[in-house]
Amino acid sequence: MSTEARAGHFPAIDWNGGAFPYRVGHRKLGMWLFIVSDSLTFSALLMGYAYLRASNNWPTPFPFYPSIVFSSVMTFCLLSSSLTMVFGVSASSRGDKAGARRWILATIFFGAAFVVLHLIEWNHLIGEGLRPFYLPEHWATVFTLSDGTPPTALFGATFFAITGLHMFHVATGIIYLLVVAARVKKINHEDIEISGLYWHFVDLVWMFVFPLIYIMSVDMHGALNH
Amino acid sequence: MSEHADEHFAGSNKLFTSVWVILVVLTLVEILLAYKTMPIHIMLTILLGLSIVKAALIIAYFMHLKFERLSLILTLVPMLVICICLFSVFFPDGFRSSGLRYKFQESPPVAPAPAEEP
Repeated sequence: MSTEARAGHFPAIDWNGGAFPYRVGHRKLGMWLFIVSDSLTFSALLMGYAYLRASNNWPTPFPFYPSIVFSSVMTFCLLSSSLTMVFGVSASSRGDKAGARRWILATIFFGAAFVVLHLIEWNHLIGEGLRPFYLPEHWATVFTLSDGTPPTALFGATFFAITGLHMFHVATGIIYLLVVAARVKKINHEDIEISGLYWHFVDLVWMFVFPLIYIMSVDMHGALNH
Repeated sequence: MSEHADEHFAGSNKLFTSVWVILVVLTLVEILLAYKTMPIHIMLTILLGLSIVKAALIIAYFMHLKFERLSLILTLVPMLVICICLFSVFFPDGFRSSGLRYKFQESPPVAPAPAEEP
């Protein structure tokens, strides 16, 4: 059978659009594929961090206040923003576009609170003297092992790279949601749901960054209190 | 498929709120764990376990994947999990390279003094 003849057996409708093999639109599938690739980016960064941590003397400098208090409140903000986002998508599915806009604005508020708190927390660490390739001098003294191995300066590089990339995602998400909130009456429900997917993904990444970067680096014995 | 069926978004606000409560409680457990003394590998296992549970809750309910077609779930999830697991092939090398590191004896090495002029 010739190729041309065989092609005739496929129902034309499958190739003209309008068929949804996954029961989602192409934009939503595209967002899912983006999320999969972005999770690999973050996994690679976190794995790189784990590798460096396993092969170096790693400082554990975070005090309860400000670092852990700030990062916990930030986690709470992101979790709450996910809840308001899902309320927004739910309102939009009922056709309540004004409600959807209100919930999305609440999401933006929590997202902005996250970024502001995170910048304050960064500012604390930068003020102490942490840089991408240098540790504050008193950290270097406190965390040097008894055999003389100094703590690795890569702490700053991994910390700023991972939390910085995440903060960039949150900031991008805020801009994205502002556009969605402004155009909420013009766009259809699925587009609002897609912006929700992105926002929840940003929340999801923080669920790994928070324990691995913050909780695993708590200064338990108050080594830096002097 | 009708437009209306497309826009159906399963799950009630009550369900989402209870998922949020569970997520907040798990976060509080993580913060408590930070101040418990235990070997680092046990701590890492518990924290990663909690994170995976939290991620699964977010993906299933907030990202709505639980209510999507099975074919979409099977397209996205298994290959992602396998790829992430494959990253861990680097770990043995991380432990090996820490053993190769130069051990400081007295103080960190300094540059040798310049040779004396004859």
